[in-house]
Amino acid sequence: MWRRLLARRDKSQPETTLYDESYYLASQWQLIWRKFRRHRLAIFSLLVIIFLYSLALFAEFFSINDIYKRHVKYAKAPPQSLHFVDEEGNFHLRPFIYDLKQELDMDTLQRNYTEDRSKRYPLRFLLEGEPYKLLGILDTNIHLVGVDEPAVYFPFGTDNLGRDLYSRTIHAARISLSIGVLGVVISFGLGCLIGGVSGYFGGTVDVIIQRIIEFIISIPQIPLWIALAAALPPEWSSTQVYFGITLVLATVGWTTLARAVRGKLLELREADFVMAARISNMGDFDIIVKHLLPSFASFLIVVLSLSVPGMILAETALSFLQIGIRPPAVSWGVLLQDAQNIRSLSQSPWLLIPGLFVIVTVLAFNFLGDGLRDAADPYKQ
Amino acid sequence: MKNYVLQRLVYLVFLLWMVSIVTFVVIQLPPGDYLSTFISRLEQAGEDLSEQQVEALRRQYGLDLPLYLRYFKWIGQVVQGNFGFSFDYQQPVRDIIGERLALTFTIAILSALFTYAVAIPIGIYSATHQYSLGDYVVSIVGFIGLAIPNFMLALMLLYIAWANYGLNLTGLFSPEFVSAPWSLAKLGDMLLHLPIPVIVIGTGGTAGLIRVLRGTLLDELNKQYVITARSKGVGEVRLLFRYPVRVALNPIVSSLAWLFPSLVSGGTITAWVLGLPTAGPMLLRSMITQDTFLTATLLMFITILTVIGTTVSDILLVVVDPRIRMERAAN
Repeated sequence: MWRRLLARRDKSQPETTLYDESYYLASQWQLIWRKFRRHRLAIFSLLVIIFLYSLALFAEFFSINDIYKRHVKYAKAPPQSLHFVDEEGNFHLRPFIYDLKQELDMDTLQRNYTEDRSKRYPLRFLLEGEPYKLLGILDTNIHLVGVDEPAVYFPFGTDNLGRDLYSRTIHAARISLSIGVLGVVISFGLGCLIGGVSGYFGGTVDVIIQRIIEFIISIPQIPLWIALAAALPPEWSSTQVYFGITLVLATVGWTTLARAVRGKLLELREADFVMAARISNMGDFDIIVKHLLPSFASFLIVVLSLSVPGMILAETALSFLQIGIRPPAVSWGVLLQDAQNIRSLSQSPWLLIPGLFVIVTVLAFNFLGDGLRDAADPYKQ
Repeated sequence: MKNYVLQRLVYLVFLLWMVSIVTFVVIQLPPGDYLSTFISRLEQAGEDLSEQQVEALRRQYGLDLPLYLRYFKWIGQVVQGNFGFSFDYQQPVRDIIGERLALTFTIAILSALFTYAVAIPIGIYSATHQYSLGDYVVSIVGFIGLAIPNFMLALMLLYIAWANYGLNLTGLFSPEFVSAPWSLAKLGDMLLHLPIPVIVIGTGGTAGLIRVLRGTLLDELNKQYVITARSKGVGEVRLLFRYPVRVALNPIVSSLAWLFPSLVSGGTITAWVLGLPTAGPMLLRSMITQDTFLTATLLMFITILTVIGTTVSDILLVVVDPRIRMERAAN
C-alpha cells in the first residue's frame, strides 16, 4: 500500500510539466502564468475581483432602485428573502418576493415588517426602469432585475431613511474600489520617484531620504490620516474630496512602497544575472530592458496588488469616522456610518452588509497577491 | 553595545523634536482656527461678538502671532511640562490628557501581550503541523482576521453580545463608575470591560504575526542544522525550542516596531466605536473642533509612545540576535 501511495505521489509530481520541452521554451510571463493558473484560490480571487469591479462599473445596470430615493413606507426594512415555494406549496422556477407590510409596535414604537403573502411578485429580468447612461455614454433604461409595481425589492433591506441598501452598496463600490487603485498608483509613483532617487544617488541623499521615510513611518498612520483628512476644506465638492482623500492616503502610503522599490533596485543591481549579462558584453540599455525591468515588473505587480487592500481599508475607516468621503457621495465607509452605534445596529443589523463587501474585497486582493507572489518567484515550485 | 544604545537615544531625541514640528504644522493645515469655529458656533446660538472681543480672544489664545512664533512659544512651554490650554474643554491640556493617555497605553500594552500570547503558540503549531487541518483552520481564520477592519469586528462583537446576551459592552466603565474617582471597585469594573477592546485591537496584529512566524519557522525547519541536530538524536521538542524557534522569534521582536504604532492607530477607530475614554476619540474630536494645543499634545504623545516602542524593539533586536550585534560592532 505504501508503495502504491508513493507511486501515485510520484505521478502527481510536476515532472511532466517540468521537463516538457515547452517548459524550456516558455517566456518568463508564460512561466508565471502557468504557475499562477495552478493556484486555485488566487484564480478564484481574481474572478471575485473582476466581478466586484464590473459591479462597480455597471452599477446602474445592476441596481434596482434609485440610490437617493427615500421609500418612506419602507424605512428600516429588513432584507427581503427570495421564495421559490408559494403558500399552496407550489414550486416556481422563477423566484418571487412578497411585498412588505409595516406595523408599528405601540410598546417600543418600532416598525415591524411582515410579508404580505396575498400576492406574489416574481422577479423580472432585464426590465425597463429608471433611465441612465451606461458607462456615461450609452442611454438606456434596462436593469438586471426588479419586480412589478407596487412592490419594491430590497435584497439588503433599507437604511433609516428608506433608501435601498443593495443599490447603494454597489454604487459605493465605485468610490471604494477605485480609491484603492488610484491611491496605490499615486503612492507608487511617489515611491518609485523618491525610492529610485534614493537608490540611484546613494550616499548622503540616500541616508537623508531613508531617515525621512523612517520618520514618517514612525508616526502612527491613522492619527496622521485623520489630521490630514480633517484639513480638507468643508466646502469642497464630492469630486474634490474624493481626490483629496486619495492624495491623503497616498502621502502617507508611499513610504513603504519607496522602501520596497529602493531595496529591490539595490538587490537587482548587484544580482548575478546582471553581472553575467555585463560580462557577456550586453549594453546597459539592453540589461535594463531585458533583465531588470521584467524581474522588477513581476515584483511590482505583487507589491501593488498587496497594497490595494490597505488603501481600501483606510478609506473605509476615514469615511466611517465622517472625515473621509462625505454624503451624498456613497462609499462603503459612508454606508457603514449608519451602523455606528449599538441602537441602530440592534434594530437593523443588515446595515453591516457593506462591511462584508469590504472584507471580501480585501481577502480577494490578499489571496491574489499571494498567488502572484508565488507565481513570480522563480525558485518556488 | 553601549554606544549603540546611546546612538539610538540621541536619534530618539532628534525624532521627538521633528515630531513636535510636524505635528504643529499638520494641525495648522485646516483652514480657519479654533476661534473661527468657536465664533460661528456662538453665532448659531444667537450670540454676537464685537470686533474688540474677537481681537482680545485672538490675542489671549496667541492666534495673532505668526506660525513659527506660535511654535516656539508652545514648544518653550512644552519643555517646561506645560502643554497649553484646551480651547474646547476650557482646561489646561495637562489636566485632561493624563488619564486618557494612561488608558491608551494600558490597552496598547495589553493588546500587544494578547497578540504575542496567542500568535506565538499558534504560529509554532501551524508551522510544525504544516498542511494539517489545524494549520488550514489557523490560516483561514488568520486571513479573515487581517481582512476585517477593526471597527467592523468591534461592531460585530457588540451586536452579538447585544443580540444574544442583551449586554451593552461599550465604554470602559459601567455608568456608575464613569466619573467616580479611582478605587478598587472601579478597577475591577474596568477589568471586566477590557477584554473586548483588547481582543478587537489585538486581532489584526495577531493574524499578521502568525503568518510571519509560520513563514520564518518553516524556512528554518528545513535547514541543515536542524537535520544535523536531529541526526545526533536531540529530542524534537528540545530541538524545536533550542534552535529554530529562537531564530524565528527575531521577526517577532522586530515586529514590536510596527505592532505598537498599529495598535495605537487601530485603537483610535475601535475606541471611537466602543466609546472608550482613550486618546483616540479625544484626538478625533479635537481635530474637528481645531483645538490646536490639545491636538498637538495628543498627536505628540501618541507618536512618542510609538517612537519609544520602535527604539526598544531596535535595542532588543541587538540583544537577542548575535548576528546583528556583530554586524553593528563591525561597523
